[in-house]
Amino acid sequence: MNWNWFYRMGSPRWFYESTSRWLPWLAALTFVLLAGGLVWGLAFAPQDAKQGNSFRIIYLHVPASFLALAGYFLMATAGAIGLIWKMKLSYMVMKCAAPLGAVLTFLALFTGAVWGKPTWGSYWVWDARVTSMLILLFLYLGVLALQYAFDSKDVGNKASAILALVGTVNIPIIYKSVDWWFTLHQPATIRFTEAPSMHPDMFQPLLVMILGFYCFYAVALILSVRVEILARERKTSWVRERVKQATQNTLGAGL
Amino acid sequence: MHPLRKQRLQIVVMIIAASAVATGLIIYMLGQNANYFYTPSQVLSGEAPEGTFIRAGGMVVEGSVRRDPNSLAVNFEVTDGSAILGIRYTGILPDLFAENEAAIAAGKLDQNRVLQASEVLAKHDEKYTPPEVAESMNAAYKAKQKQKRKADKL
Repeated sequence: MNWNWFYRMGSPRWFYESTSRWLPWLAALTFVLLAGGLVWGLAFAPQDAKQGNSFRIIYLHVPASFLALAGYFLMATAGAIGLIWKMKLSYMVMKCAAPLGAVLTFLALFTGAVWGKPTWGSYWVWDARVTSMLILLFLYLGVLALQYAFDSKDVGNKASAILALVGTVNIPIIYKSVDWWFTLHQPATIRFTEAPSMHPDMFQPLLVMILGFYCFYAVALILSVRVEILARERKTSWVRERVKQATQNTLGAGL
Repeated sequence: MHPLRKQRLQIVVMIIAASAVATGLIIYMLGQNANYFYTPSQVLSGEAPEGTFIRAGGMVVEGSVRRDPNSLAVNFEVTDGSAILGIRYTGILPDLFAENEAAIAAGKLDQNRVLQASEVLAKHDEKYTPPEVAESMNAAYKAKQKQKRKADKL
């Protein structure tokens, strides 16, 4: 099998230059989806019969949780590719996915706590879903911390990747925890096998928000990988050329 | 694939497999201990420990909620469909606490097998419906019940 396309894709320069072209479009799409979804969900979707308006936090809670889980798979996959092919770009993706995932996990836990107080009567419970989600937050922070725990970047990358791989087993546990055990957290509203147990008027804006969060995740990850590329490749000629051009442009504009 | 990379791929697969097996064993050993609450049948069959702090949950039985007019004390019953457990609690109930909705109470069992709860949490289900839809569904359900009763009488 010819692996050339794979190695070309792994070149930081190729990544930087090809994302420059379509990133603004993706960012615009993200803005439209998030703004539209938020206004639709928060202002126009009907109230819930039992919870009233407090259910609307679902428009942040569910998309953030989705991306916290999906982002972990992406981070672990990037780590595995880095381990197997020793690909620099892959490790950069893993490194940038860790803080992003940690923030999303925190957002999911925080919105859950804010919703839990009026609904359950408690900010925090140690049931299987909430606890496994907290472990996910610690896994993200652990991957992040291991990056900086070693003098050698190479060793740090390897250690992070191994922790990320070990932690993948937590993802199906989080997902199935509400079915395997009696938990306070309700089972999933959106399922792959059945229709969602939610009125379409409430479900449609949620879909838009989930899509918007996916796009936001892509934009945020690509932006931070680009910064990482510039920092790590700062001594190469193509980065120097770009910096020179950019400073000339700003100087020219200033004069 | 290059043999060296193949070897590294095998190591990656082994890491995932090993952690999955280890976690699987932990989950197996945890078993029912990872449950957040006991069902009324588990409590009444003696599966839940007595004299110690436990949580029990189920559907609040319709018509079972009796409030003390002079204090915040409230008695109610929860069921899982096969057994009914009495619960006594003093304090403010969560907003979503209601009959025919799920609730979880934490406390100790007394000699009469009534749970003396120090905390009551409302459990919400995964369904979301606008008020108008819920009302019309309730109305339709009641009309059906009425029809059924009529048919039974005839």
